[in-house]
Amino acid sequence: MNPFNYQRTTTPEEAVHAVSARGAKFLGGGTNLVDLMRYNVEQPTTLIDVTRLSFTEITTAGNTTTIGAGVRNSDLANHETIRINYPLLSQALLSGASPQLRNMATTGGNLLQRTRCYYFMDTAFPACNKRTPGSGCAAIKGFNRNHAILGASAECIATNPSDMNVALVALNATIHVTGPKGKRTIAIADFHRLPGNTPQLDTNLHPDELITAVELPAPKFAKHSYYLKVRDRQSYAFALVSVAAGLEMNGNTIQSAGLALGGVAHKPWRSLDAEKSLAGATAGPEAFKRAADLAVAGARPQEHNAFKVELAKQSIVRALTLAAQGVQA
Amino acid sequence: MSSKTCIDLDDQLEDTPSEQSNSLTDLELSRRTFVKTAGVLSAAVATGIPHLAAAQEAQAAADTTPQTLSVTLKVNGTSHALSLDTRTSLLDALREHLLLTGSKKGCDHGQCGACTVLLDGRRVNSCLTLAVTADGAEITTIEGLANGDTLHPVQAAFLEHDGFQCGYCTPGQICSAVGLLKEHKHNTLSTVSFETGNTATPELTDNEIRERMSGNICRCGAYPNIVAAVRAAAKGVSA
Repeated sequence: MNPFNYQRTTTPEEAVHAVSARGAKFLGGGTNLVDLMRYNVEQPTTLIDVTRLSFTEITTAGNTTTIGAGVRNSDLANHETIRINYPLLSQALLSGASPQLRNMATTGGNLLQRTRCYYFMDTAFPACNKRTPGSGCAAIKGFNRNHAILGASAECIATNPSDMNVALVALNATIHVTGPKGKRTIAIADFHRLPGNTPQLDTNLHPDELITAVELPAPKFAKHSYYLKVRDRQSYAFALVSVAAGLEMNGNTIQSAGLALGGVAHKPWRSLDAEKSLAGATAGPEAFKRAADLAVAGARPQEHNAFKVELAKQSIVRALTLAAQGVQA
Repeated sequence: MSSKTCIDLDDQLEDTPSEQSNSLTDLELSRRTFVKTAGVLSAAVATGIPHLAAAQEAQAAADTTPQTLSVTLKVNGTSHALSLDTRTSLLDALREHLLLTGSKKGCDHGQCGACTVLLDGRRVNSCLTLAVTADGAEITTIEGLANGDTLHPVQAAFLEHDGFQCGYCTPGQICSAVGLLKEHKHNTLSTVSFETGNTATPELTDNEIRERMSGNICRCGAYPNIVAAVRAAAKGVSA
């Protein structure tokens, strides 16, 4: 790990000013950043600890709920409002990492999790366009079982590893940020990027901007949602494929749907076509299979991950079925 | 990692107060020397591989000089004023500076749970916690659980149910289980709670225990007895 300076800030203005220094980065729970520093993948000159800022509350005003960026993943998953109104988010959060890591990781940090592509995380592989732009992609001709099947480019086939992000996309969250030019909001669907020819950029957040909060719109899927995570072992593993499914039901008719996939793309993969096809449909295998086909339309698997296409389709059908049943009571 | 960084880090580790250095065994010192030598050798090999252009960022990082900060760690009820390199993990601060070697270094990447301690009452991976961020926090390690000669109920349950074989992961397992029981008292959920539909007051079934202990790996595979120990501790005590 390279030497770095450590700075603790108590106001967002101070934090934003401090991060303008060359090579400076914000430090949240550290579960991803400190790990990557130990691999020498991340080499910040300064860490600006933002965990003591006052962004640690979850508040509800009118129909919307606002989550402070510093709220720890375990506190978010277990907050009464989230459990009752947004169980999809609770379930997704609790599907990720381990209890210890969830006690540390923050909401803002989870949004900025970097890929778990082995070629990105291991500096012994010189080729990684995400780590070293222009160096190539070792994964495309390498072992790419865990990699993207949707939205990838010739320069990067990495996936976003977060479970929380997938649920936030299905829930249509909004990200609040602050920077030197003031505050702005970013729709979650526009927050993460596809790799294109700039895979070094995971998100549309500017380097000098600080995430302050995540806003959830009025709950629509409180009674009918499910986060299904399929992985190589039962717990404490990243998704091969995951599905965040939310249904707004009237009897057996679907009024509206939120559907996003994890483990398949550089960003949480939302299919508006699939969501539209579900709206107005009768809940059942026919509608769910149609939505599944639409959600993975255009999939282009790599050498070792063709299985993900069928796995994603079947996982979507299963997640929608469980959501419609209202399994969570 | 450049060879310079390797040496700096090891020098930092060895730069402990003399009374602490004296208590290190010869074995420990020879291990250090070995690690240091091996580190330099592997760094020399690494520099032979052309490493295109992380250059600029790496240069900025290399230009940064190590920073030492004053940190107060309250460990098992006692405050310790330490002067630590910012890179020092909480785990290394506990083990190398305070000589509390109960917390173990397994993977050093937050993947195994051997380093689990309680930070302000919550279980965390001390290997991924920078010590400077724990300034002022209350830390409980395996050394702080017993009350004199009376074992903590979770420690007693691990003995009673033979919840270990080699014992290396055990301090982390026990600290994790103490955290688990406290979390469960507050009706926290796990993914299993959703699968069973029991999201109001989840009962601590064996499946719940397995899921909630999944952050602690046991290479000996003592899992059945670990689950039995946690089950017994949950029933027997308010922990």
